[in-house]
Amino acid sequence: MATRTRSEHPPVRRGDRIFSATALGAGILILLILAGVAIFLLVQGVPGITAGRGSLSGRDSFWAYVGPFAFGTVFASIIALVVAVPIAVGIALFISHYAPRRVALALGYIVDLLAAVPSVVFGVWGITVLSPALVPIMQWLEDNAGFLPFFEGPTLTSGRNMFTAGLVLAVMILPIITAICREVFLQTPRLHEEAALALGATRWEMIRMTVFPYGRSGIVSASMLGLGRALGETLAVALVLSGSAIYTFNTLAAENSGTIAANIALQFPEASGTAVNVLIATGLILFVITFAVNYTARKIVDRRSEFSGAN
Amino acid sequence: MASTLETQQPPAGAARSIHQRTLPRYAPAAAFGGCLVIGAVLTGFGLIGTVVLGTVIYLVVIYVLSRTVESSRKAADRVVTGLVTSAFVIALVPLVSVIYTVFSRGLPVLSATFFTSSMRNVVGEGGGVFHAIWGTVYITGMALVISVPIGILAAIYLVEYGRGWLPRQIRFLVDVMTGIPSIVAGLFAYALFVLIFGPGIRIGIGGAIALSVLMIPVVVRSTEEMLKLVPNELREAAYALGVPKWRTIVKVVLPTALAGIATGVTLSIARVIGETAPLLIILGITDSANFDPFSGRIATLPVFTYYEYIQPGVDGSGEGRAFGGALVLVLIVLVLNAVARLISYLFSPTKA
Repeated sequence: MATRTRSEHPPVRRGDRIFSATALGAGILILLILAGVAIFLLVQGVPGITAGRGSLSGRDSFWAYVGPFAFGTVFASIIALVVAVPIAVGIALFISHYAPRRVALALGYIVDLLAAVPSVVFGVWGITVLSPALVPIMQWLEDNAGFLPFFEGPTLTSGRNMFTAGLVLAVMILPIITAICREVFLQTPRLHEEAALALGATRWEMIRMTVFPYGRSGIVSASMLGLGRALGETLAVALVLSGSAIYTFNTLAAENSGTIAANIALQFPEASGTAVNVLIATGLILFVITFAVNYTARKIVDRRSEFSGAN
Repeated sequence: MASTLETQQPPAGAARSIHQRTLPRYAPAAAFGGCLVIGAVLTGFGLIGTVVLGTVIYLVVIYVLSRTVESSRKAADRVVTGLVTSAFVIALVPLVSVIYTVFSRGLPVLSATFFTSSMRNVVGEGGGVFHAIWGTVYITGMALVISVPIGILAAIYLVEYGRGWLPRQIRFLVDVMTGIPSIVAGLFAYALFVLIFGPGIRIGIGGAIALSVLMIPVVVRSTEEMLKLVPNELREAAYALGVPKWRTIVKVVLPTALAGIATGVTLSIARVIGETAPLLIILGITDSANFDPFSGRIATLPVFTYYEYIQPGVDGSGEGRAFGGALVLVLIVLVLNAVARLISYLFSPTKA
C-alpha cells in the first residue's frame, strides 16, 4: 500500500492545466472587460470633451455643459438617500429583529420584489400614478415650508419635478439598502444582544446598544451602494423628470436640473456626429463618479463581511 | 439560584421593576384600531389619510399610555416598534401600487393579436409586442450564452484555484462592477462597435454584450457563494480516489452546487431582462421583427414600453400598448423570480 509516495496535492494532468488556465482566463477576462469599459468610453469620449459650441447646445465648454447635469444627478440621488435610508433601516430592523422568524424570510422576498420591477415600469408608474398623487403634498409643502429653498415652488401641476424623481429613486434603491442592512443586522453577535436583554434593556435599547454599533459601517456602505444605484438610474428619471441644464435647489417648480443618465437616454437616439461623443463623455463622467462611490462603499463593506449586493 | 441571588442582593429598583405594571398584550392592537377609527372620522374615511393619520395618532397615544402606566423606556420601545412596522408598510405601498397599476391598465390590452402581431404598418389602434418579445428573448439569450460560461469559470477560479492577491482583486472589482450604471454598459457597447462599424451603429449583438457586462458580476458572485458551500469532504474524497482536480470540479463540485447556480443564473436573467437604458442606446427601436442579431435595430420589451409611452401616436393608443408591454415585462420578471425560488427550494441540499 505505502510503496508509492504521494504528494499532498492531487495529481496534476494535462486536463488540469487546460482547465485551470481557462478558469484563470475567465477571471482575467472580467478585469479586461472592466478596463475595456473605461478605455472605450475614453476613446470615444475625448472628442466630446474637446468639442466646440455646436455640439454642446450652445455651451462654451464641455464642463459647462456637463456641470448642471452632474449637479442634478447628485441632487436627485441625495434626495433619494435622505428618504430611503431611514425607511430601509426600519424595514431591515423589522425583518431582522421584530417580525416572527418564520415570516421574516417571506417579508425579505417581498422587499426584494421591489428590486425586480424594471426601471421603465417605475418610470411609467411615476408619471401616471405617483406624480399626480404627490401634487397635494407638494402644494402643502410649498404653503407651509416655502421658506426653505427646496420647497420654494410654485408647484408644477403635473408633478413631474425633482421631488417626484427623488421619491421614485428612493423606492428603487430601497431594496438594496434594506438587503445589506438586514444581512449586517443579522450578523450582530447573539451574545451581545442577549447580554443587553439580560441587563434589562428593552428591545429598542438592545438595538441601540448592540445592533447599531455593530452595523454602523454596514449602514454607511449600504447607503453608498444605494447612492451608486441612484446616480446611474436612467429611465425612471428620464420619464418622470422634465429636466434642463440649469442649477437649482428648488424641487417643486417646473424648471429642474436634469441628470446625466436621463440626458443621455433622451438625447442619444437623435444625436449624431460630435454630439454623440459629448454624450459618451458625460457617460464617462458618470462612470467615474459611480465607480468612486462603489469603490469606497465596497472598501468599507469588504472589511466587515462577505456580503455583496449580487447575492 | 436566581431566587437566592434576588434575596441576597436586591439591586436598587429591581423589586419595583418585577412588579411593575405593564400594558395588557392586546393594548397596542386595540389602541391602533381605535386610532384608525378616529383617523377615519377626522379625514372623512379616505383610505390613505385614515391610515396615515391613524398611525400618527397611535404613536402619540401609545407613548402617553405606556409612559403613564409603564415607564418612559418602555414607551420609547413601543414607539420604535410602531415606527419600524410602519417603515415596512410604507415599503409595501409603492410595490402594491405599481403592481396594481400595471395589472389594471395592462390586462385590458392583452389579447391574442397583442402577442402575435408586431407594430409593422400600425397607425393608431392594434399592433402588438410580438417583435419586442422575440427581441428580448434572444438578446437576453445571447447575453446568457456569453455570461454564464465566463461567470461560472471565473467563480471556479476564485474558489478552487485562486491563491494570493489576484483573486482578491478580481472579487473586489466584480463587486464594484455590480454597480456600473446600465446606461454606461450601453455606451460601452456602442463605443466598441462604433470602432468596427462606424457611427450610428445599432446592432443586436451589441445589446447582448451590454447586458453581459451587467450580468457577469451577478453570475460570478452567486456561483462563488454556491461553490463555497460545497463541503470540502467531497473534494477530498474525490482526490483520495485519485481523481484529477479538474474532473473533481466538473463531476463532483459543480453537480453539487448546480441548483444554487441555476437559481443565481435565473435571478441574473430577471435582473437584466428589464434593462432599458443600454438597449435604448445600442438597439434602438423598430416596428418590425428583426431576427438577425448582426445587423440593424431590434425592438425589445422595455424599449418598446418606453417608446409607446412617450410617443403614443395620434390617437394616444400607444399608452395602452405601453401598459401591455409593462405588464408582460412584470409577469416575466415575477415568473423568473418564482422559478428561481422554486429551484432553490426543490433542490436545496438541506432539505434532503
